[in-house]
Amino acid sequence: MRVRRDLVWIPVFAALVAFAVPWPLWGVDRVVAGLPAWIWWHVGWLVLCSAAFRLFVRSGAWERGMGLDSPGGAGGTDASAGRGDRR
Amino acid sequence: MTAPIGLGLGVVVGYLLVALTIGLVAYRLTETTAEDYYLANRSIGTVVLLFTTFATLLSAFTFFGGPNLAYAAGPEWLIVMGTLDGVLFAVLWYVVGYKQWLIGDRHGYVTLGEMLGDRFGSPGLRALVAGVSLLWLFPYVMLQQMGAGEALVGLTGGAVPYWGGAALITAFMIAYVTLAGLRGVAWTDTIQGLFMLSVVWVAAAWVVSAVGGVGAATGSMVAARPEFASFGGGVYTPGFIVSTAITIAFGVTMFPQINQRFFVAESGMVFKRSFALWPVLVLLLFVPAFLLGAWAVGMPVDVPEGANVLPVVLNAYTPTWFAALVIAGAMAAMMSSSDSMLLSGSSYFTRDLYRPFVAPDASERREAWVARTGVVAFATLAFLASLLRPGTLIQVGDTAFSGFALLSLPTLCALYWDRTTRDGMAVGIAVPQAIYLLVVLSSVLPVVPTLPRTISVAGSGGWDVALGLMVLSAVLTVGVSLLTAPTAESDASRFAVAGD
Repeated sequence: MRVRRDLVWIPVFAALVAFAVPWPLWGVDRVVAGLPAWIWWHVGWLVLCSAAFRLFVRSGAWERGMGLDSPGGAGGTDASAGRGDRR
Repeated sequence: MTAPIGLGLGVVVGYLLVALTIGLVAYRLTETTAEDYYLANRSIGTVVLLFTTFATLLSAFTFFGGPNLAYAAGPEWLIVMGTLDGVLFAVLWYVVGYKQWLIGDRHGYVTLGEMLGDRFGSPGLRALVAGVSLLWLFPYVMLQQMGAGEALVGLTGGAVPYWGGAALITAFMIAYVTLAGLRGVAWTDTIQGLFMLSVVWVAAAWVVSAVGGVGAATGSMVAARPEFASFGGGVYTPGFIVSTAITIAFGVTMFPQINQRFFVAESGMVFKRSFALWPVLVLLLFVPAFLLGAWAVGMPVDVPEGANVLPVVLNAYTPTWFAALVIAGAMAAMMSSSDSMLLSGSSYFTRDLYRPFVAPDASERREAWVARTGVVAFATLAFLASLLRPGTLIQVGDTAFSGFALLSLPTLCALYWDRTTRDGMAVGIAVPQAIYLLVVLSSVLPVVPTLPRTISVAGSGGWDVALGLMVLSAVLTVGVSLLTAPTAESDASRFAVAGD
């Protein structure tokens, strides 16, 4: 029983990958706090990705995406205990 | 000058000895089964999985190639590597890696070829995957040897010749892999990963304080090369950025030593934690390493033609013992990649080629002997080829990655689409590989006219031909699968993860 809400992760991941390259700052040469502005974008973006990945893991969408449905759907990370974990 | 050179070499050799000791301890704990030797009995936890993947992924390509490219063309390499390693690879880690772990865990697979061969009931497909993987592993092992050779030349000011450094790392790799299995590799990787991270930050802090701060370093960089401040331009066309990021990230997932990491996790939780921590880890290493390379253009240092920029900067701004320590860190990065590569290569060779086709009833002892002989032969041949220096680190690395990337879409099809057939897989893998090999060979063999490696599209720069071949591999896999019927031996339920 795939939760429809899980599908939102597909565009989220697509956006995370697409804008990991700071396209909006193409050609911008402003230096902010000692580094070019686009380097700050990069730093912020990867931190954002890390946070988003964590949310993804916590949402339980990880297991459901693999077809490992757990009773009750959003069982969080415990869902893995059902099928994914070996021991 | 002799004393500092001796000191530098001493640090590097001392470091190698420490790593070897860890390998020996792991060796004593390793059982004689293939699953333990190659996969540490699927018992790897979060920290070790994270760092073993990290240290395995980061090699001479990252450590010297990256700063060199940032020095020559600007710091945008940070974005290319950050995007592909930090974000795209992490997503693939979930999409490919986790599913592969679930399947491997159920059926006890050790290699990618074994997994696909079993799913389609085809030893031929298994051999094809192993053969293609070994083919592209070769230039990548060579890359590590080239990196090590250059590293020691830089560290000792030429007192140790290029071949000496390459030979040292070859000997070390052979000793290490024939002794310790994956457990030893994973343990040293963890130490090497932590070590690399620490030294690169200390190095950056040292150099930055010597030149008067981050602002001053960037200021001199921009004064020397104004275009380095702005994003894009020069070699960094959209075509280059997108092609490189995609081919490398997809290539990495099919890289034998990375792909096998997908089988080793102790639990699903290990995957989840590693996945979320990954982008930050990537950021922590790449930012200081690549910025040091880019900042060097504004420093009064003289980087000789063909030399690596990082050792030159360190020699100028830090004491010899510290520069040696960083080079040892870089050597560590190379070793932790190449020992894993040789280990994976040997498992592909023995399990997917030797046992099924040469000696189905070989004893475990004989198989172990063949695996070790294979490692020695492979490493020695790669060493000899590395002496020819057939391109820069970035070129050699990129060639290998694209070759692996061509395996990724057929594998994804097999993982997620039950209707995939054996013939679809075979054609989807073999045809793009053959074309790509022709393109690569045409640039080195004088008999055939050189085929273009990149295709330019108006205004967006050159796009890697491998990107088009990736699309072709997907089209062929899907198309041929639709036209052919699944063979009687294939069994899609082998890749099912839910239910029993």
